[in-house]
Amino acid sequence: MDLFEYQARDLFESHQIPVLAGAVATTADQAYLAAEKIGGKVVVKAQVKVGGRGKAGGVKLAENAADAKEKASAILGMDIKGHIVKKVMIAQAAPIESEYYLAILLDRANRNFLVMASVAGGMEIEEVAHKTPEKLARVGIDSNKGIDKAQALEIAKSGQFPADVLDQVGDVLVKLWQAFIREDASLMEINPLVKTTDGKVIALDGKVTLDDNAVFRHPEHEALVDHDATNPLEKLAKEKDLNYVKLDGQVGIIGNGAGLVMSTLDVVAYAGEKYGVKPANFLDIGGGASAEVMANGLSIILGDSDVKSVFVNVFGGITACDAVANGIVQALEILGSKATKPIVVRLDGNNVELGRKILSEANHPLIQQVETMDGAAAKAAELAANK
Amino acid sequence: MTIFVNESTKVIVQGMTGSEGTKHTKRMLKAGTKIVAGVTPGKGGQSVDMDGQIIPVFNSVKEAISATGANVSVVFVPPKFAKAAVIDAIDAMISLAVVITEGIPVHDVAAFYAYSVEKGTTQILGPNCPGIISPGKTNLGIIPSDITGSGPIGLVSKSGTLTYQMMFELRDFGFTTAVGIGGDPIIGTTHIDCLRAFQDDPATKAIVMIGEIGGDAEERAAQFIKEYVTKPVVGYVAGFTAPEGKTMGHAGAIVSGSSGTAAAKKEALEAVGVAVGKTPSETANLMRKILNG
Repeated sequence: MDLFEYQARDLFESHQIPVLAGAVATTADQAYLAAEKIGGKVVVKAQVKVGGRGKAGGVKLAENAADAKEKASAILGMDIKGHIVKKVMIAQAAPIESEYYLAILLDRANRNFLVMASVAGGMEIEEVAHKTPEKLARVGIDSNKGIDKAQALEIAKSGQFPADVLDQVGDVLVKLWQAFIREDASLMEINPLVKTTDGKVIALDGKVTLDDNAVFRHPEHEALVDHDATNPLEKLAKEKDLNYVKLDGQVGIIGNGAGLVMSTLDVVAYAGEKYGVKPANFLDIGGGASAEVMANGLSIILGDSDVKSVFVNVFGGITACDAVANGIVQALEILGSKATKPIVVRLDGNNVELGRKILSEANHPLIQQVETMDGAAAKAAELAANK
Repeated sequence: MTIFVNESTKVIVQGMTGSEGTKHTKRMLKAGTKIVAGVTPGKGGQSVDMDGQIIPVFNSVKEAISATGANVSVVFVPPKFAKAAVIDAIDAMISLAVVITEGIPVHDVAAFYAYSVEKGTTQILGPNCPGIISPGKTNLGIIPSDITGSGPIGLVSKSGTLTYQMMFELRDFGFTTAVGIGGDPIIGTTHIDCLRAFQDDPATKAIVMIGEIGGDAEERAAQFIKEYVTKPVVGYVAGFTAPEGKTMGHAGAIVSGSSGTAAAKKEALEAVGVAVGKTPSETANLMRKILNG
């Protein structure tokens, strides 16, 4: 789960990482109150989970509370790269002398964690890595050892931080590591980390990604989920414990196993090229494929008004195809008149003959069976095009 | 021949007394896997009747090894307790731990992986993987035993169901070993480890490599193929239609910005001479052509 900047700020603060005063507002009036409470000049910042908001006009300096209200009302509702701004952060303004970069992230290739630290902050770190690699320190961290102050100072030095801020940057890095571990994060980035004109080092903007697998030890992370941004069908799927991602095509997809479902999307996209149709969603019903799970899955897909046809693609591994076939038949009974779109089913693997027989004998007007994955994808694409 | 495991591999099942552990222990025994012990802390001294075979339960992997001589462990322990279970296996110096469990926090995986490297005696396969099968010889994990038999192909895949699909597509040939390495951001055994083992295994004549979006493991595997692998390799990559920034089922299957795309992986593989199929069937046909000469 990716956090908003204001959530990252609050999380940093709770781990004693120095931040400026800041508060979130969803209306211009709230922005006024927040700015008044902070006092003086403030920065009004669009809260969107996408880069480039500054260039898009989503970050404005405000002289006072009245000005903040005006700026907030201009920014709220703005469309930044397809993200509608629903919240702004009102942040205390600070006189900045220098901008730095500091981050801890998951390093998939080396299978550990990585600190990136650079005296060159405020811009995309890829750009720093490309143009001035000597200014970027990249240091792998053994998660069983962590980062102590001495190592943090070494890292800051190799990131070419000036001597007068080394100690403060070292402290921030040690605290960032502690926050990273305690919150089960896979990314914590401070960009920029700034030095103010009075010599204080402060985290001015942050990006945080938390590990969804670790929610069992962080029930408090549930409160950070952005329900506003979640597509209603995705939200419904989550409530039913289904792994669903909405896409913008016309062929609804149900399959078992993440890899097979991704592959199914691709095969449908190829087959649909000549008709101009695409997959409408990703839906992995996992290993079980019981009638209930199948009914839940089908009902979400049939609830998507973009869907013109459905492709159920199951390879029976441990799950037997007869169980899947029974699941489909029972799901259609449960759904009754709500099921109106043609459904192409491809079954293979464990107990496939029985599974195909069950579907044939059910003789449901919406169901067509095709034996191969490529053939079934072609059929589903054709049906979506003819609707 | 096979890679990593063979017909004499003696297997411990960690979490054998749980419902998943029991179900799959019975399946694995039926497939001929030599399961000699279960491990569940607190249940040591008990034994479980697995469809007629009595399997003893121990409190720790160390105890299980000293009583039975086991050398490989399969882990079905739930996410909360998986880290402790794998650490227990590493402490007992088991040679291979196959971690089937899905949903382990990535910090826990990083910790047990780093610990395994430090100790230097345990290879980790997974987590969140379907396991490893050498058809007709042994089967560790949740891969169905009866899709196909023994044959000349080596298979390595991030995905479970695509492993099954590909074994099914190439059932007329069969496999030396099929390895599901898992789709998490941090995994123990990689594509590269499997490619090296298949290259070194005289019975493996050709290799199928299945990848998916996220990370750059396929790109690094391509580089390795160029440097080390002389046997024919065909590839398949899933996720061309995956949108940026969305996790597609597997925790590691995510396109971030312009990195981790299926197109980049396909390109990297093709650049080193790997034939990459557009669909699983097309990929199987590429392999069929190679094996039919």
